[in-house]
Amino acid sequence: MALKRKDLLGLRGLSRVEIEEILTTAEEMKSLLLSGSKESSLLQNKSVVTLFYENSTRTRFSFEFAAKYLGAHTASVAVSSSSVAKGESLIDTGKTIQSMGVDVIVIRHPMSGAPHLLAKHVSASVINAGDGINEHPTQALLDMFTMKEKKGAIDGLRVAIIGDILHSRVARSNIWGLTTMGAEVRVAGPPTLMPPDIDKMGVKVFYKVEEAIKDADVVMGLRLQKERQQKGLLPSLREYTRLFGITEERIRLAAKDALIMHPGPVNRGVEIASELVDGEQSVINQQVTNGVAVRMALLYLLMGRNQDAVY
Amino acid sequence: MLCIKNGVVIDGISSKPYKADILIDKGKVIDVRENIEISGAEVIDATGKWVLPGLVDAHCHLREPGYEYKEDISSGTRSAAAGGFTSVACMANTNPIIDNAAMVNYIKSMAMAKGVVKVHPIAAVTKGQKGEELTEMGELKEAGAVALSDDGKPIMNSQLMRLALQYAKGLDMLVISHCEDLSLVGDGVMNEGYMSTVLGLKGITRAAEEVMVARDIILAETLDAPIHIAHVSTRGSVEVIRQAKRRGVKVTCETAPHYFSATDAWVDGYDANTKVNPPLRTDDDVEAIKEGLKDGTIDIIATDHAPHHRDDKEVEYSLAANGISGFETAFSLAYTNLVETGILSMVELVQKMSKRPAEILNIDAGTIQVGKFADIIVVDLDKEYTVDVSKFYSKGKNSPFHGHTLKGRVIYTIVDGRVVVKDGQVIL
Repeated sequence: MALKRKDLLGLRGLSRVEIEEILTTAEEMKSLLLSGSKESSLLQNKSVVTLFYENSTRTRFSFEFAAKYLGAHTASVAVSSSSVAKGESLIDTGKTIQSMGVDVIVIRHPMSGAPHLLAKHVSASVINAGDGINEHPTQALLDMFTMKEKKGAIDGLRVAIIGDILHSRVARSNIWGLTTMGAEVRVAGPPTLMPPDIDKMGVKVFYKVEEAIKDADVVMGLRLQKERQQKGLLPSLREYTRLFGITEERIRLAAKDALIMHPGPVNRGVEIASELVDGEQSVINQQVTNGVAVRMALLYLLMGRNQDAVY
Repeated sequence: MLCIKNGVVIDGISSKPYKADILIDKGKVIDVRENIEISGAEVIDATGKWVLPGLVDAHCHLREPGYEYKEDISSGTRSAAAGGFTSVACMANTNPIIDNAAMVNYIKSMAMAKGVVKVHPIAAVTKGQKGEELTEMGELKEAGAVALSDDGKPIMNSQLMRLALQYAKGLDMLVISHCEDLSLVGDGVMNEGYMSTVLGLKGITRAAEEVMVARDIILAETLDAPIHIAHVSTRGSVEVIRQAKRRGVKVTCETAPHYFSATDAWVDGYDANTKVNPPLRTDDDVEAIKEGLKDGTIDIIATDHAPHHRDDKEVEYSLAANGISGFETAFSLAYTNLVETGILSMVELVQKMSKRPAEILNIDAGTIQVGKFADIIVVDLDKEYTVDVSKFYSKGKNSPFHGHTLKGRVIYTIVDGRVVVKDGQVIL
């Protein structure tokens, strides 16, 4: 069975069946990973390129290890030292990479929609590894995988996402994925960091963190970029932590066995208390392991597309 | 001599269409009445067609000089003619900018040499469109500039805008304002709302337009000076202008076809051909634009023809240039979305696309009358067609309406009695 699509550009529009397919396959990949076998030949003779216009150690390595564990050839394009720096367009860069026989292009880009543009112009599969403030679908898939692993099912879970929702591609992808899978999604943060009309995406909006966290099964913190304060979106980091920080006191309002998640890297003591990051409820490190499994699953499923792909 | 026979005529003056023949000689209309029989005249049979004054566009970008790869006066005026425009007013944001008499003369001479419709330069309000110093408005007027605008660049300094309106008023010149508060725009690239949230694109609040519309109206009102608001796109702007008109402020305004034909939902898919400034708005705004057109708050429809090269559009949405190649779809969009839907009558449409823009720009056009220039179009309102940008005369193939089926097509365009478009094809 393969995903009947050429690319994975976001979780918006992905069906429940497709998400389940990815998560189920990821379970198998995790078993493979934990078995110690890192020399699978599932993607033998396939090539995967990571094209990162933004720095991201963990996502890039996660994709590269995922591809290597499955036996694919990998290469990464260091954008700052490539022809891109000389002004080559995204489309031309994509076509050049494709001409080298590449099957999958994993792209991270600071502008929303860049993977969509690339996907329109190359026949290689394009995986969105984060575009602007739009989506980060593989992060959301690994988040959902972790929730499913720990809680048994996603349907009916109460998930509170706390922080800078406006600039968070992780939040958007999680909202699409989790609502599709039947979870109740709550978002909370300062009004200046809340996108307009987000309630129409099927989430509950709160401006008081306590209300969002109450009885939640999962509490997800988001990274707060410190320059938001300079842009006037926040009066101070101190006030942000005081009003919106995930603290030990606030987490007590959540369900007893609530999971604490964060896409990383964490600003300890700003969006989330350091004790919670290292605490028992935290699954932050497991998210990273699961990220490799999910990306292995996705590469495998997209590579198998050639039999019955819908273009 | 040229005789247009058997068409239904809207002359821009009469309140109703009527059947008449039109006789043209030496570039002017010499007779309008039923059954003109004259031997030796070239005849255009307009049976079943409508005969209208040539359309007048108060807002376009011809890109010459400086950006000839996007458009030039030759391709731009042919595109205009194909769309039924016989007079166009081009904005000053060329390179160099039209901010001195020599540049006005250059545009006029290039239009004379290469153009097929009448070109009226709009000069900049400030030197280099930098929003710092006023241009030599008197000299610009003498050279032939029909109005003043820093279109594309809002004049953020309120005192400078006030002085511009005051000085221009003394010269009986119209200032056209591009209303946009840049501090509110920030790095936004589309309308702020549900769609910007869904697509993860930075939004531009409607307030960015509306506060500047309000500011400029207040400035014009205190000076009792005329002002024309360019490309109105939001419900709030329409309402501010409506109230100002009730108070007697000398404000006129325009909208462009895309603001009553498309919404921000069209941005889904990140097609940069939907990127315009101001951005495509919501259904509610589209409704308000239509209401404003119907009740007269919005005086005219201008194209804001903004052709771009594909390299400027086939890039990440945030990097893409703003603008739609608008000449060749304007009439059909207006007819399909306003007349067919009962919002405007054909007579009202002619007012908004021909007579009123000519009045606002104070140019001799916009009517079919004996003794006037024979700037006339013949349109087939029953003609349905699918927009195909590859067939545009404009170098700019940037249109979100590509592939859409529209109704109403320009068959003939006649400028100063000379046939420029015949059977829908530019022949000059």
